[in-house]
Amino acid sequence: MNRFTALLDRLAYEPRRNAKLRLMADYFAHTPDPERGWALAAMTGVLSFRYAKPGLIRGLAEERMDPTLFYLSWDYVGDLSETVALMWPAAPSSSPLAGEVARPQAGSEGGRGAELEIDATASSTPAPPTRLGLRPSPPSPPGGGEYAPGIGHNTPPPHVPTLSEVVHGLSTASKSDLPALVAGWLDVLDETARWALLKLITGELRIGVSARLAKTAVANLGDIPPDEVEHIWHGLEPPYEELFAWVERRGPRPESRDPAPFRPPMLSHPLEEEDLAKLDAAHFMAEWKWDGIRLQAVCGRRPDGRLVRRIYSRTGEDVSRAFPDLVEALEFEGALDGELLILREDRVQSFNVLQQRLNRRSVTPKLVAEYPAHLRVYDILAEGEEDLRALPLVERRRRLEGLVAQLANPRIDLSPLVPFSSWDELAAARRDPAAAGAGEDAAAIEGCMVKRADSSYVPGRPKGLWFKWKRDPHLVDAVLMYAARGSGKRSSFYSDYTFGVWRGGEEGEELVPVGKAYFGFTDEELQRLDRYVRNHTMNRFGPVREVEYGKDKGLVLEVAFEGLQRSSRHKSGVAMRFPRVHRIRWDKPPREADRIEALERILARGEAEVYPLKEQAKGAAS
Amino acid sequence: MVCCIGRLTWSPATGRAPQDRATLTGSVITAAPSADADAYIPAMALTCTDILTQTPQGLCCPIGGFHIDPVRPVERALITHGHSDHARAGHGAVLATRETLAIMAERYGEGFAGSAEAARLGEERRIGEVTVRFVPAGHVLGSAQIVIEAGGCRIVVSGDYKREPDPTCLAFELVPCDVFITEATFGLPVFRHPEARSEVQKLLESVALFPERAHLVGVYALGKAQRVMALIREAGYDRPIYLHGALERLTELYKSEGVDLGETPKATGARKSELGGAIVLAPPSATQDLWSRRLPDPVTAFASGWMRVRARARQKGVELPLVISDHADWEDLCRTIAETGAGEVWVTHGQEDALVHWCRTQGLEARPLHMLGYGDEEEGDLGASSRPEHPPDAESRDRGEADPAEDSLEGA
Ligand SMILES: [Zn+2]
Ligand SMILES: [Zn+2]
Repeated sequence: MNRFTALLDRLAYEPRRNAKLRLMADYFAHTPDPERGWALAAMTGVLSFRYAKPGLIRGLAEERMDPTLFYLSWDYVGDLSETVALMWPAAPSSSPLAGEVARPQAGSEGGRGAELEIDATASSTPAPPTRLGLRPSPPSPPGGGEYAPGIGHNTPPPHVPTLSEVVHGLSTASKSDLPALVAGWLDVLDETARWALLKLITGELRIGVSARLAKTAVANLGDIPPDEVEHIWHGLEPPYEELFAWVERRGPRPESRDPAPFRPPMLSHPLEEEDLAKLDAAHFMAEWKWDGIRLQAVCGRRPDGRLVRRIYSRTGEDVSRAFPDLVEALEFEGALDGELLILREDRVQSFNVLQQRLNRRSVTPKLVAEYPAHLRVYDILAEGEEDLRALPLVERRRRLEGLVAQLANPRIDLSPLVPFSSWDELAAARRDPAAAGAGEDAAAIEGCMVKRADSSYVPGRPKGLWFKWKRDPHLVDAVLMYAARGSGKRSSFYSDYTFGVWRGGEEGEELVPVGKAYFGFTDEELQRLDRYVRNHTMNRFGPVREVEYGKDKGLVLEVAFEGLQRSSRHKSGVAMRFPRVHRIRWDKPPREADRIEALERILARGEAEVYPLKEQAKGAAS
Repeated sequence: MVCCIGRLTWSPATGRAPQDRATLTGSVITAAPSADADAYIPAMALTCTDILTQTPQGLCCPIGGFHIDPVRPVERALITHGHSDHARAGHGAVLATRETLAIMAERYGEGFAGSAEAARLGEERRIGEVTVRFVPAGHVLGSAQIVIEAGGCRIVVSGDYKREPDPTCLAFELVPCDVFITEATFGLPVFRHPEARSEVQKLLESVALFPERAHLVGVYALGKAQRVMALIREAGYDRPIYLHGALERLTELYKSEGVDLGETPKATGARKSELGGAIVLAPPSATQDLWSRRLPDPVTAFASGWMRVRARARQKGVELPLVISDHADWEDLCRTIAETGAGEVWVTHGQEDALVHWCRTQGLEARPLHMLGYGDEEEGDLGASSRPEHPPDAESRDRGEADPAEDSLEGA
């Protein structure tokens, strides 16, 4: 547990991706099975425990600590797990050092992991969980304000549980045994390990590590492409001993026994207009680029004949539970690549609408009825047992059309091809999808996908095969109002910019903030913007500076964004999607920046789909 | 005589009369408190509130004619230690330890007070109606508790203190007393400082893990900077430790007081290549600012008791939090209160509510003084959740951001 704890602790504070990889790879290389496997499971979000939940932690806290001190502390710290981890009354030291004042073992970082860790080789004699759980915990003074000399001088040093023991205990203990078990662990762990344990229980590690990154770290152990790990991942189970054996070249490549595995997706490169001259339109096919969520739908039969159906996100998370309505429609064997959309009366709804379904935590029948999930497919990776990825796209397309026709389910349809014979023709279609066959769905289209007709399905982002040719973004000239410091590498720069547009206020024309952008500029531009902010500061609010702005003073930023949404949380009533600094208009006087009306017009175009819904919701509530 | 505004001005929240406390501390209650402090001369015994009261200037001893760590200019001030929230310039006469006087002179110039007198540790002196003694507090170089006795009642004003050993200053000395006046900067049970040595070990391990990157450690200019350096030296690290200009003069002062800190060159004078793998100390505000850009791919560390709370550390963009504090943690606050045997505890500043609550659960009388004006230097600045980004003081903030003209401001 200690080594795992030290890793989490370090990762939580490390902003750099490569450094995170280094820390994880180092941990995997120096930690034996099965500990490292359970750690991988924790970091990839695979672990979940039936009875170990946040309520348990709160209950323990109230039982073991002075409630006034507990709530004052929770209020101060703001996070339940962390509060409990920090203030859990330390069990009196039973080491030979006792007799002096019992200091908590908090942060004995120096040799953390080395001294007390009992690794897997010692697991022949792990203390059974029940014994740990029943370890008598002495009465402690309120709030851990403990200064009595240690009791129990002659007891042996407490056994610090390994991560494997913790996972085992959390998975197998009965609901009634669990509080004592967890309390017993909290008594013997140091404060960082307590934090890690409680985070494990609440399922919120929040250490800035995606499942993909953790798998990449494993792959790096053996110089294996991360996609290879991804490919076999869903057939594996924690603690992943086979996987580690394989990447360390001690064992064979584990077979993917999962009948419905995830396959890493093929990604595209952005297409710049100047690239077109180098490409021959005759070699390419085009589809609409839908403004939805990319998914992979996979079904396969288990040995017992039952059909396993899964929906994966682009990064390989199993998101089936969020889309029961779609899972039901998956009556095929194979793997499809497509876009999640919300369709109402055969019309594709805007991303705003889709977001309303994604934002809900629990999937109720009402939600499913109001926001029916739909899969618009554009590729097929496997059919039955047959892997189709090596086939050229035209061939896969033929197979895909066949399967969709056979399926005959209105929830799943084919993303149509956009016919074109020259780049000019495609450019025209991209400019006006409605006229080029998309009809009323045009509002949900954000450009074209351009794919080589002979391309195999290559995981990752291979060069020269697939391109995304996005619709031009919306642009608005806005005035810089506030700047905040960035994070990580950028923490010494004012790199987050809040900008506003003009509107008629009670006291005449005023700027109202409409968004925040923190990318889109080069490093040199950042330096120049940073200098501008420092030299034109009017007010400071902690890490935020308000700069000079007005009709004749201030800086105009040309901001690009993908879409707009109504928002009651923003003063201006609108929120932008993907805003970024497109150009810095050092030359433009702020008085000539855009007005809120310009945004209202953009909003009006895409809003028809949002409004009826809001009315419905109101109607239902009243 | 020094003005004390009226008699005791208790926080209305506590709502108890001073007499109750007097009974509890075992002092004999004399005449009913008079409205005129000057006219009231105790005949036999004194209550603690006759000896010490609270005024807008700070704690005041009317029968001794002085204030302790006053936040506004007064005629006669006793100063516990050199942090700028406790030691301010502009008093008529100042009594403090020789080291504290030196720190004040370094910060404010020789004319920081009308007159200054050095108090020798442990030596009793009569001031007005009271006897006063300075006793080591273990907080920073020269820090002292002030023990006041009169009429059989002993009050200890501890200033800021810690119990953990510190190679740069004398250890805290326990003085049994009737009334113990304590700070509560880390007065919540979530604050338990690990051993500072193990935190420094963490820093050195990181230096070994990232030998090409500079390690930039945010430290407060007085006390923390020098303690961290001393601990790094104790751990056997003998390469130069580079300093931000704002840390230089107090570091020189420590060295001249005999604290061995090894070689501490100026970071601004060093080449960027030289700083790869080096440890660099700077005031907290400079770690996130222009100044830090001179360093190769720095790992940002921060040495403070606040680093125990993750959100705090992340808010400050800290990658390597080092929980090293010059204040007592929760356990040491509780332990110290208990060990003094005091029946009554006054809590000056910090997280008063929790500590007062704890005292009451132990059967002790306790009052929060809610004193304003303290905690503005060093760790106090991070304490209030409402202003987590507030820099230690305007002075060091400006220093930190003044790049590239930083050098011109270092003397401040
Ligand atoms: Zn202090
Ligand atoms: Zn203080």
